[in-house]
Amino acid sequence: MTTAPATAAPLAIVPPEVATDAVVIHDETVAARNPWTRVIAAGDTLTMVDVGGNQAVDFLVYDAHDTELRYSAPDTLQGQDTIYLTTGSVLRDAEHGPLMTVVADTCGRHDTLGGACSKESNTLRYGHHTRAQHACVENFLLGGSRHGLGKRDLVSNINWFMNVPVDPDGALGIVDGISAPGLAVSVRAERDVLVLISNCPQINNPCNGFDPTPVRVIVTRP
Amino acid sequence: MTTATTTGAKAHAREQELAAAAELPRVLHPASAYVGELSPGVSAGDLVWAETVPPGGYTSLVVAAGTRVRVRDTTGDACAHLLVFHADQPTERLNVADTVKVQWQAFLTAGHLLLSDQGRALATIVEDTAGNRADAPRHDALFGTSTLVRNAERYGSGDVFGPSPAGRELFALAAAKHGLTRRDIPPSVTFFEGVSVSDDGRPAFVGSSGPASITLVAELPLIVLLASTAHPLDPRPEFTAGPLDVVAWPGAPTVPGDPAWDATPEGRRAYENSTAHRRTRGADR
Ligand SMILES: [Zn+2]
Repeated sequence: MTTAPATAAPLAIVPPEVATDAVVIHDETVAARNPWTRVIAAGDTLTMVDVGGNQAVDFLVYDAHDTELRYSAPDTLQGQDTIYLTTGSVLRDAEHGPLMTVVADTCGRHDTLGGACSKESNTLRYGHHTRAQHACVENFLLGGSRHGLGKRDLVSNINWFMNVPVDPDGALGIVDGISAPGLAVSVRAERDVLVLISNCPQINNPCNGFDPTPVRVIVTRP
Repeated sequence: MTTATTTGAKAHAREQELAAAAELPRVLHPASAYVGELSPGVSAGDLVWAETVPPGGYTSLVVAAGTRVRVRDTTGDACAHLLVFHADQPTERLNVADTVKVQWQAFLTAGHLLLSDQGRALATIVEDTAGNRADAPRHDALFGTSTLVRNAERYGSGDVFGPSPAGRELFALAAAKHGLTRRDIPPSVTFFEGVSVSDDGRPAFVGSSGPASITLVAELPLIVLLASTAHPLDPRPEFTAGPLDVVAWPGAPTVPGDPAWDATPEGRRAYENSTAHRRTRGADR
């Protein structure tokens, strides 16, 4: 884990929409398979960089001062005319209020239908032999527990860099990714928010290219 | 009749059932008095519950494992917003993301399971007369329910006691009857008003196919929350909702040998997990 000192020199890796005049206040690499949590102040922007390519970043966001106001995938989709997330998507809470806005995206589209992998759902998807494997819900529970959050606070999340098409007949699934090393997505906090990330440890499907890799998280202040 | 005294107020209260004899009660006691359409092979005498949820209303039921719960849109205008929780440990609840992901299908219909976050089948959809088809889905698991904010924007009000109640407000009330709070309310599923998704990911409201019903089998003891209100993507400018008939009758959970048990490997493992859970809790004989 590395935290850079505040600097006015924007990192080349941060998209120009964010980096212009922005000050980097936090820069860290989340190891493969690990959780990460941080309060992002209103107005600050979190940029997530897919370092190795096709690494799903499972993501939940809460109002930092009232965690009952938490991310709602349905409310987010109600507010736009596509089932995918990209630049312009407003991440909404379950009372339809804006939590964060996607302000830059070099990947193109992201998922909010597929939810997080869990030891329990792995048994359904791949067989009972997978119950012992690490999973995103474990990361969410561990990370959330440091902020007073528990199982009741976990809901359908965002999967940055994960590719989940829905066919016109309703068939849906996690397929080979469209991300690549160095692609990034940036979300601006519309109020003080708590972010939970699981750097997805799934090894049974293509969401991480069958090889979980690190993800870089950079917080910038305008 | 005076209501100025306890004797008078009691008599006044007791007069009301008789005075309203012409009005249909919304909950039937006994349930066998139900006269609406039932599933083939089911008679009113089998029912343990019968209720009509009015447009803009809600209800909740606690049912034993195996119970059949049938929800019927009697007019073709209703949208049923549904949540299910494990009755004995309600932190285990419907997980719509797992439900669509595990089953590789976003448009739910007969044969699909409602999955919990613990890898268990909470319920199986065993009947769907809405004819949910790929080219015209009649149910929705992606767009959730409506909110105060959005119904106020769209109809002028989302208040529970107003003309266009928001689904989340109705769920908050229904959940509170079971000691649950807004924190316990995850994304829900809706029945009878469909939404299609185009090749490039654009949703389009398909709407209703007319009067229809769905029947669920409870695979675990369940708290069922049900709200009758407009679908959040319903484009009609006027708030559109209808009554929902809810009936229930006893039965058994899905067991090995039932066609549903082996219909898919994912479903089979969900039934295995649910069955093992009932057994370790001592709930199966
Ligand atoms: Zn995962």
